[in-house]
Amino acid sequence: MPQPPAQPMSKATKHVSINEGLLFERSAAGKRGMELPPLDVPAVDAVRELGAEYARGPVEGFPEVSEIEMIRHFTRLSTWNYAIDLGMYPLGSCTMKYNPRVNEHVARLEGLATEHPLQPVELSQGCLRILRTLERFLLEVTGMDAITLEPCAGAQGEYAGIAMIRAYLASQGNPRKRVLVPDSAHGTNPATAVTAGYEVLNIRSDATGRIDLSHLAEYANEDVAALMVTNPNTLGTFEKDIARAAEVLHARGALLYMDGANMNALAGVARPGDFGVDVMHMNLHKTFSTPHGGGGPGAGPVAVKQHLEPFLPIPVLAEKADGTLGWDSNRPKTIGRLRAFYGNFGVLVRALAYALAYGPGMVEATRDAVLNANYIRKKLEDVYDLPYKQPCMHEVVFSDARQKKNGVNTMDIAKRLIDYGFHPYTTAFPLIVPGALMIEPTESESRLELDLFVEAMRSIAAEAAESPELVKTAPHSTRVGRLDEVAAARKPVLRWTPRDVPAR
Amino acid sequence: MRYLPKSDAERRAILDELGLGSVDELFASIPEDCRLKRPLDVPGPLSEKEIIDYFRARAGENAAGYTSFLGAGVYNHLRSVVADSLLQRGEFLTSYTPYQAEISQGTLQAIFEFQTLMCQLTGQEVANASMYDGSTATAEAAMMAVRLTGRRRLVISRALHPEYRQVVDTYARDLGLEVAEAAFVPASGQTDAGAVRAAADGQTAAVIVQSPNFLGVVEPVAEFAEIAHGPGALLVTAVAEAMSLGAVRPPAEADIVAMEAQSLGLAPSYGGPFAGVIATREKYVRQMPGRLAGEARDAHGRRGFVLTLATREQHIRREKATSNICTNQALCALAVTMHLALVGKAGMAEMAAQNLAKARYAVAEMEKLPGVRRAFTGPYFNEVTLEFPRSVRMINHELKRQRILGPLPLGPYFPEQTKRGLLCVTELHSRQEIDRLAAATRTVLESLGVGAREEVSSRAER
Amino acid sequence: MYPAKFKYSQEHEWVSLEGQTATIGITDYAQNSLGDVVFVELPKVGAKFSAGQTIGTVESVKAVSEIYTPVTIEITEVNGALAGAPEQLNKDPHGTAWLVKGKASNAGELAKLMDAAAYEAFIAAKEKEAGH
Repeated sequence: MPQPPAQPMSKATKHVSINEGLLFERSAAGKRGMELPPLDVPAVDAVRELGAEYARGPVEGFPEVSEIEMIRHFTRLSTWNYAIDLGMYPLGSCTMKYNPRVNEHVARLEGLATEHPLQPVELSQGCLRILRTLERFLLEVTGMDAITLEPCAGAQGEYAGIAMIRAYLASQGNPRKRVLVPDSAHGTNPATAVTAGYEVLNIRSDATGRIDLSHLAEYANEDVAALMVTNPNTLGTFEKDIARAAEVLHARGALLYMDGANMNALAGVARPGDFGVDVMHMNLHKTFSTPHGGGGPGAGPVAVKQHLEPFLPIPVLAEKADGTLGWDSNRPKTIGRLRAFYGNFGVLVRALAYALAYGPGMVEATRDAVLNANYIRKKLEDVYDLPYKQPCMHEVVFSDARQKKNGVNTMDIAKRLIDYGFHPYTTAFPLIVPGALMIEPTESESRLELDLFVEAMRSIAAEAAESPELVKTAPHSTRVGRLDEVAAARKPVLRWTPRDVPAR
Repeated sequence: MRYLPKSDAERRAILDELGLGSVDELFASIPEDCRLKRPLDVPGPLSEKEIIDYFRARAGENAAGYTSFLGAGVYNHLRSVVADSLLQRGEFLTSYTPYQAEISQGTLQAIFEFQTLMCQLTGQEVANASMYDGSTATAEAAMMAVRLTGRRRLVISRALHPEYRQVVDTYARDLGLEVAEAAFVPASGQTDAGAVRAAADGQTAAVIVQSPNFLGVVEPVAEFAEIAHGPGALLVTAVAEAMSLGAVRPPAEADIVAMEAQSLGLAPSYGGPFAGVIATREKYVRQMPGRLAGEARDAHGRRGFVLTLATREQHIRREKATSNICTNQALCALAVTMHLALVGKAGMAEMAAQNLAKARYAVAEMEKLPGVRRAFTGPYFNEVTLEFPRSVRMINHELKRQRILGPLPLGPYFPEQTKRGLLCVTELHSRQEIDRLAAATRTVLESLGVGAREEVSSRAER
Repeated sequence: MYPAKFKYSQEHEWVSLEGQTATIGITDYAQNSLGDVVFVELPKVGAKFSAGQTIGTVESVKAVSEIYTPVTIEITEVNGALAGAPEQLNKDPHGTAWLVKGKASNAGELAKLMDAAAYEAFIAAKEKEAGH
């Protein structure tokens, strides 16, 4: 029987939320939410125009609700979500920072939201100028020579980066076979290497969680195309030997790829181009504040050193002799096109708006991000196990080793954190820390919010010791409890069908 | 700085608690030679007003005020302010991927609704929670077919959107897949069934056909499914104009549908962000890339939704993942869900019907011009290839002076189609705008020396 | 716990040979490591595999594992019951939740596998290494 917590919860209390079934369960024949202006040309008969074999009647099962029902439906659903606007997300390597509202406004401007990608380039100079300005900003932050804004997300950027490495090495005579990936890496890294046609070899981290340089030297032979590294790594530690690693790789004709997911610790402080990185991607939905929106869209620009420039995906943004901008697809060595058109333009607008708001002052955000993570580390290191003791930057990784003794693991602690009004941190990653609690506050957290988080985590640590059942059966205050993911995976129900009966 | 919620005094206090003199000490782990020793050389900082002024100025340097008849994968359709206002709720806009289901039920239920809507629209059994866009969805669908069949050859219609084709080629090249092209029939504009039949062999993983295709022509999907299945290949149908499924029979016979949902509530936004979808048979679901939301129950029997079948994904499978996709286009998919909830069954049918009507009105008006006629006989939805007596580029150059963006010239994509242009007309085009297009084009043709003589001869050709 | 009549591989499969027919499954240790099984992918009847090749996968909510055949085999039967009830693999991995049966003719391969006692020692050593 769950007991009340040892300390009162400061951040959250229970609150009534409204039930709302599926759209299709709310529908009734004949209702509609939108009306169109009347047709001002002669109507046509679809069957006659398309032929009976191509024509279709109204879409079976499509929702039929009125405007107010639609508004209530989605408003009610929204109240079931946690969000940055409600409070901190301590998710490691996700960089859940404030999504500035002015960015939403400018992305929606008439003249930006309305532009067609295939309209004449001379009537798109405003869009192109935005992209060029963002390119320059990102090149300055990364210290690289050339860039593409086309990839839609970090994973797609990674793919482009590895594909460019492959094309470069192929142009030198041998694309090679293998990519090295640290065991601490994000899952997209090995998945990407395989998509790009490489085998993956995992290399060990040393006792401090950094890349084992001797292991690297041992593995980096002529079959190795590249090492994919995240810096700071997923423990939040700066890879102090990264310049040495770059030398080792370059000496053997291999390249260094950097996953830029953790750029929030480096922007304005250190530039990957200055410490030997050949190619890297950025996650604009992390470092550059573009909204996560429940899972995307993002953008994953890829920045390269000059020797990889010829291989950039098409089209490349280029300045013409008369000073105007245009798209260049005449690039014989390109890796090809990654997606139709030019990239997630609306996301890129938001990223530039964020960048311009800070200007050179972006370094202040980096400093606050690192300060916040270290504050949390200091305030929790006496109650949670800290497996790696060296300095951390913008994120800190604890483990559940102490709480495990009472049968409470990182997932349980994370679920109990929900009752305290926070979103969980990243559980069970990186894989090199068993039972990991990966925490990244970002610079967007005030002292008050940080203290509330610390208070919650300390309270849960006490609960894990004194009333572990309370933690193991959490969360207790949400609309639904832990959902049976096993049953959901065994017999997946992935859509509504008319036979379904709504649950109570 | 307004986005940083700390005063200098607070920073000082925190440093004191940490026993540090300055934040610099927290960066000591970065070697000297790795550090940047000067400020970033970038524009800014800008206040909110200055940011808006900057982007307004850029917006003024584009094509606002022009009437556009462009389609070709990006469509200008009616959107509602109702949906957009809901989309900007912070609980949707600023929420994370719904890995923690208990506090993400809003997102998860909306994804489940999206998946359902996409199934209803495409006639398929399952749909995912979005890919980046239609072009990458098509490439991923091809990869899926390769995994499912174990074969390594693709047969692709020449009438697939050329930029979609370039994306498929990029993915195929890296995996060493063989790509063969099937021509389209010059009269109908549909993919040549005989050519597909000849090219699809025992090594073929997928036949890829778009409908309506890049030329605007609706393809006989059922026929191509049968042709593909003969030697054991799968049919992938790409859909770039999702609105067409409001009037055109869905590709239910296809094994995998790769669709772009931009038409259903997303702004053109110079090419992105959009929302790709993969829809397929239930039996293929474990080979499907991207996120999936599934129904689940908690211990009290309450219904909720969770991300499921995650073992296909990169964060678990790593090297063996079905794709490396992580971030998807969730907010865009949500916008589509909201849009379709508002538009609904009747609205979708009516909107599609208006597209059919307006496009045909435009074709009728344009065919009154000397030497202008529909190039292909195949059925069309809202996009149609027109043949002109002069270079489409030249005509458009003149139309631009009238602040009209004319049909997309096809010459750059198909060298033999130089005097042809792709005209897209949607429910947003008023009769006046269509009339103005026709009148302006007539004037341009006259100025280019096209006379009544050609009008007579082109009528005789039909 | 581990049947004496089985032989065991380092990848946690068991094999039981009767005449020329081999039956293959995964061990109790394997199912326990995976957690609740949600899906099992099995080969087609008639498929041929050499010792060590992947013949299918076992999926839980959090992980997927390849199934490797310890012996050279031609599949004659797959356990159809697992399609509708994958949880059986958690309940009875050594009995009713066998995975495949087939023709195995290379008795020499069996000699390379562990017997029950050796397997139990093997997993005991693994648990110790992992610090349980």
